[in-house]
Amino acid sequence: MAATDNKKSRREFIADGIRTGGLIIASGAIGALAASSHAEDTVWQIDPYKCTNCGLCATSCVLDQSAVKCMHAFAMCGYCNLCSGMLRPERVGNTIEAENVQCPTFAIQRSYVENPYFQYVIDENLCIGCAKCSKGCNAFGNGSLFMQIRHDRCLNCNQCSIAEVCPAQAIVRVPASKPYLLKSKIKQDG
Amino acid sequence: MFQKLTPPFFLLQITTPPQKNPPPDFTTGYQYPVTINPPPRAELFTRIDMVMLVTLMLMTAYFILYKRSRKEVRLISLFSLLYFGFYRHGCVCSVGSIQNVAMAIFNNGYALPLSVGVFFILPLLFALFFGRVFCAAVCPLGAAQDLILQKAKRVPIWLDETLSVIPYVYLGLGTLFAATGTVFIICEYDPFVAFFRLNGGAMMVTLGIIILFLSTFIGRPYCRYLCPYGVLLRWAAAWSKWKVHVAPDKCIQCHLCAESCPFNAMRMPVPEEVRPSRKSTRAVLSRVLWLIPLLAILGGISGRLASPLLSHVDITVQTADRVWKERHGLVHGETLESQAHRANQIPDNVLYAKAAKIRRTYALYTTIFGVWLGLVFGLKLFFITTRRRWDDYDADPAACVACGRCFGYCPAEANGKNVEEGVYIKGNLK
Repeated sequence: MAATDNKKSRREFIADGIRTGGLIIASGAIGALAASSHAEDTVWQIDPYKCTNCGLCATSCVLDQSAVKCMHAFAMCGYCNLCSGMLRPERVGNTIEAENVQCPTFAIQRSYVENPYFQYVIDENLCIGCAKCSKGCNAFGNGSLFMQIRHDRCLNCNQCSIAEVCPAQAIVRVPASKPYLLKSKIKQDG
Repeated sequence: MFQKLTPPFFLLQITTPPQKNPPPDFTTGYQYPVTINPPPRAELFTRIDMVMLVTLMLMTAYFILYKRSRKEVRLISLFSLLYFGFYRHGCVCSVGSIQNVAMAIFNNGYALPLSVGVFFILPLLFALFFGRVFCAAVCPLGAAQDLILQKAKRVPIWLDETLSVIPYVYLGLGTLFAATGTVFIICEYDPFVAFFRLNGGAMMVTLGIIILFLSTFIGRPYCRYLCPYGVLLRWAAAWSKWKVHVAPDKCIQCHLCAESCPFNAMRMPVPEEVRPSRKSTRAVLSRVLWLIPLLAILGGISGRLASPLLSHVDITVQTADRVWKERHGLVHGETLESQAHRANQIPDNVLYAKAAKIRRTYALYTTIFGVWLGLVFGLKLFFITTRRRWDDYDADPAACVACGRCFGYCPAEANGKNVEEGVYIKGNLK
């Protein structure tokens, strides 16, 4: 009987040790995280300088309508009359009609500013994130149109399903305090 | 207009490649439109998640261990399902957080957010003291399966033991791919997020439907046969200070609690006459103990051999492979990946070097993964052969998810209150 009691207390002793150790490790780890300035929540964002506008964002997001939308860095825009983000290269004439425009939902809207400049604005409610316009803009224009994950829509999945398939690995985790990677200047070489 | 623009357009392209059409200097006082960038969910809400986690686990522990009542636990389950599941869309959860922790430990570029760390650590810490109260009602995945369980079919012991190895494999694989920064497979194949979001890809939805269908007649199939976090919780809960005990006074060996448990979590007494002799146990043990290091070594070798295959999951390795084949004329055409590689004007050598580095990492980690698998199989054999024999019925703290179903079936509970109410006679496992 005494032997089993001893055995029991030995097991209990080990268990107590493990529990105390666990408590110390857990509180230490949480304390270290709480004190660390790096332990900030992260969100997903597209690095516009890596993005190749392949169009997978439109279909790979877990949302019905992707959280990715096109954005416009107006300061980079050339305000061209004929916008390569708006019009297809293989168009017939320059009219803004379905067969000539890049955008499948007419989300890119053109308005006159002053001769010879035109302003192009993306209607986010219509944009489906297909990157056709930004592809055109990057190929022939200044690249002022670029894709971004909009955080009013993004569910911030632990594994972004677009990041899984992104061929350029352009979708990265960024600190929640700096949730956008906006384009503001022309890419420097390298 | 077009004609007027065209010549300088092409000229500019040649002289200053990036700036094709210089931004104009407006003369009419035009102002750039202001773009509003909506911020992500405020950190305050993450704090609320953490408070919610602790509160719900404390409440579950109180109701299960102190009040010995299942009714409230069902309500907490429902609340967790609605809050962590349908409202928070199941991200981030403790199950997935394993990968964030692995990535933070092995990948220097990633810092673990506090909230993810808390979601990883606290359920384990609670398991050390109160058993798996997280599983009982707080985990939305567990809650979803538990709430829709109708009448549990018993899984045969051989199948149960075999399937219960899968979580260890899944944990190893999930950690491997997270540690290398490749992909979070536990999240990718999570069968519940599609259900929580009422939306998702074909694979996620199919997995979700299968698991939810199985959950109606098999107790918590995901928790028992897939959940990688359950492995860690098992280890912690095995040492728990306060745990679920079925018979509050004296076990009368009526077997009702074992019948009531839908999760095969009840330890059963083995009569003296059928227990194997000490001598035969020792003979079996001596053979099994040999196997453990052997399996570990074999696992390590096979892991190392599988390294090229597993590293090919990584997109950089895939791209490098593809680009190399295209360069050497082994394949025709381009993939989106090789196109992107060229569009970003990264020199091929840089890509190859990057891929080689990832392959080297994989060679090491897959070896460790193989050793892990060998140990898992070896130890599984060890524990099957050296099962401890119990004198009374009681919950196995490692497997028990603290759902509290058995309380209502024990005739000794609350001085035979249940016998009078006839709860156990119904025999319904719901």
